[in-house]
Amino acid sequence: MAADRQQGTETVQDGSMQVVMIGLGGEKFALDAGLVREIIDPVPATKVAGARSFVPSVINVRGNVIPLADLRIRFGMPQTEDSADTRIVVIEVGIDNEPVLLGVTADKVYEVTEISRTDVQQTPRVGMHWKPEFIRFITKWREEFVIVPNMERILN
Amino acid sequence: MDPTEIFRQEASELFETLEGALLDLGLRPDDRELVDSAFRALHTIKGSGAMFGFDKVAAFTHEFETAFELVRKGEIKPTQELIAVALAAKDYIRALIEAPDSADPIIGDAILDDLKRFVSPLGPVLPAEPGVETPVVSESRPAGWQLRLEFESHILRNGSNPLDLLDDLCKLGPCFVVPLTDGVPLLDELEPEDCYLKWDVTLHSGCDKAAIDDVFMFVQDEMKLTLVPLAQVERAAPALAMPVAEVEPAAPPAPAPAAAVSPAAAEPSTPPERKREEPKRAEERGIATVRVQAERLDELMDRVGELVIAQARLSQLAAAGSDLSIKMIAEEIERLAASLRDTTMGARMVPIGSLFGRFRRLVHDLSRDLGKPVEFVTSGEDTELDKTMIECLADPLVHLIRNAIDHGIEDSETRATAGKTEKGRIELQAIHSGAQVLVTVRDNGGGLNTARIRAKAEEQGLIAPGAAMSDHEIHQFLFHPGFSTAQTISALSGRGVGMDVVKRTIENMRGSIDLSTKAGEGTCVTLRLPLTLAIIEGLLIRVGEGRYIIPLPAVEECVELTAEDERSRGRNFLNVRGNLVPFLRLREILDVSGSPGQHQKTIIISTGETRVGLVADQIIGNHQTVIKSLSKLHSDVTIFSGATILGDGSAALILDVVQLVGLAQLRAEKQQMNEAA
Repeated sequence: MAADRQQGTETVQDGSMQVVMIGLGGEKFALDAGLVREIIDPVPATKVAGARSFVPSVINVRGNVIPLADLRIRFGMPQTEDSADTRIVVIEVGIDNEPVLLGVTADKVYEVTEISRTDVQQTPRVGMHWKPEFIRFITKWREEFVIVPNMERILN
Repeated sequence: MDPTEIFRQEASELFETLEGALLDLGLRPDDRELVDSAFRALHTIKGSGAMFGFDKVAAFTHEFETAFELVRKGEIKPTQELIAVALAAKDYIRALIEAPDSADPIIGDAILDDLKRFVSPLGPVLPAEPGVETPVVSESRPAGWQLRLEFESHILRNGSNPLDLLDDLCKLGPCFVVPLTDGVPLLDELEPEDCYLKWDVTLHSGCDKAAIDDVFMFVQDEMKLTLVPLAQVERAAPALAMPVAEVEPAAPPAPAPAAAVSPAAAEPSTPPERKREEPKRAEERGIATVRVQAERLDELMDRVGELVIAQARLSQLAAAGSDLSIKMIAEEIERLAASLRDTTMGARMVPIGSLFGRFRRLVHDLSRDLGKPVEFVTSGEDTELDKTMIECLADPLVHLIRNAIDHGIEDSETRATAGKTEKGRIELQAIHSGAQVLVTVRDNGGGLNTARIRAKAEEQGLIAPGAAMSDHEIHQFLFHPGFSTAQTISALSGRGVGMDVVKRTIENMRGSIDLSTKAGEGTCVTLRLPLTLAIIEGLLIRVGEGRYIIPLPAVEECVELTAEDERSRGRNFLNVRGNLVPFLRLREILDVSGSPGQHQKTIIISTGETRVGLVADQIIGNHQTVIKSLSKLHSDVTIFSGATILGDGSAALILDVVQLVGLAQLRAEKQQMNEAA
């Protein structure tokens, strides 16, 4: 189920792409809709001592214990308290050719929408304190810049 | 399921039996049981093969069977050569079943020729010899047979019906059947499921002994069959026939005979159609299994896991409330869920013997190819392990056994010079040890060459020349990818792939691997494996805000951490009834800040020989732990072996006891080094 829906396969001929738009630390991220399994309300997380900082805990999603990743740490954004808008986006990512389910905390989930690849901006070499490898590309959506993250790289 | 698939599965089990019997036969050529068991397997393969349209299989097996018939009759001895051919024939049949297109009939013909060659030189000589087993065989056809059938009392419970066998016997010719009721006890002592009757049968038929043996082929282990040719009985000894006549009318000692005799009396009217299925049923009763697809078992386990979690939530709710009837139901469900869990787990447990059986062929072939005579001893076949683990264990064990024969056991000359027996010895053993199963592969070969491993490690730049290392540390290089000390690369080993794979496979199963060796005396590899991968009994504890599970089988006892132990920062030892037990503060390991509060508890855990205390804030209680593996993203965290879901729906982590003890040892060593410095 997972392997045939890897990142990027949702891209349609004309270059548009179905995404789930989430807000994270003041930025907007577009997650490939093909990766997203479900969006749930926050659940109590269990801290995993000794785990890497961007996957600090695990949660129970329908009887599966899955890691909860915090992208804010990878992008050097400050931690914020959960708000009424906070959601967990459950995604499936291929890691070492194996599908792995994980939750990603989002400050807010906006909508499922389409972005166009024609608006893709060259990822700038300067003026950015994020690791370029974490970013697939940056595009424009309603006159705003949105980041399409490279989840495989972020999680490895 | 596709019937052909069923046949394939059934056949693969039969092949195991057949192979086992053939290999055993090599060791104990005189064991009739083995010949019979091999013959039964062959017979069933032939029968079901024909039934499912595997005509080639049936035809070939028939030839094989015919050739083997002489062995069964005891007319030729099963020599090593014959067994080698028989094994080849078995492989060929297997190929015919599994990949009918690729099996070359020429090979089959060659095997059959070989078989016939081994069998025939003696064959023609035989009729000239006087009968070997019974004088009857060589006599011209007897007028009939006098039979005495004594079944073991539990025969009915196995699903065998003596009456059906009598029916079969009647097909051979006119029978006069007399039941013997002297074994029938008083009604009070009568077990309705036991068979107390014996039968005397006078069979007027010109059939030979083999035909009669065939009738009882599948129950012969559970009965005593006395066969006397009729002419002889009449001439020489009425002894056997007479008591029959006497006993029947003169001995109605029990009040039950009427009831007991009635089935025998009804015998002639029993419909004979039933006999066809009888032999098969009788053969299968030993195992009485139902074939279930492995995925279904896994699914069942998942469902039971969810049920156990839901039940835990119910119990928690019920305990919090005050409704008595709900509490009772919750308790009932708890009990049911626990027994359902145990049953399901039991269904997944497979004795490791099924795996060991496979290696006998491997050892047999390797020992022949390498020209090193090897004795292969297995023990603990009954030890049960989760079926998934058994599957995962196959490859690592193949590797270890190959290594033992190829590298471990020396060639005959070396052994002779060292004053050892010519035959090498490989022991494969499985035993339970606490919450673990230990599987050991031990050889009595030359042992590991520590100096050579060291030289190799230095050559590969893994260690600096002259670095101080213990032998144990040096041996760990064997698990290094691409590490091989074999001077020549044989077809079997020496390529340096393997031991690292073995180690990884075992660790993936949450097991560990130990190596011990003694120069000149051999090497012993021990695999430590958890009992199961699915559900365990756990002890739920609290450390700070977090809750954790310690596998219960590892827990020895729980003691209070005294104020004195708590205050002392210098020593991390407890005094448990005069024994010093080192302890670890889970708060430190799990990185929990804040004050632990009063009454901390110490849980003493043990892994084989080491005992360690773990200090927790609180012991909450027992918990049915459904093990969920941790994601790949957390594979770098070793102190947790998995996670589980608690009654309130949150996840709790399961502590890996072995890793914790390792951690404790590491800290102790560090401390000692600090003290020394």
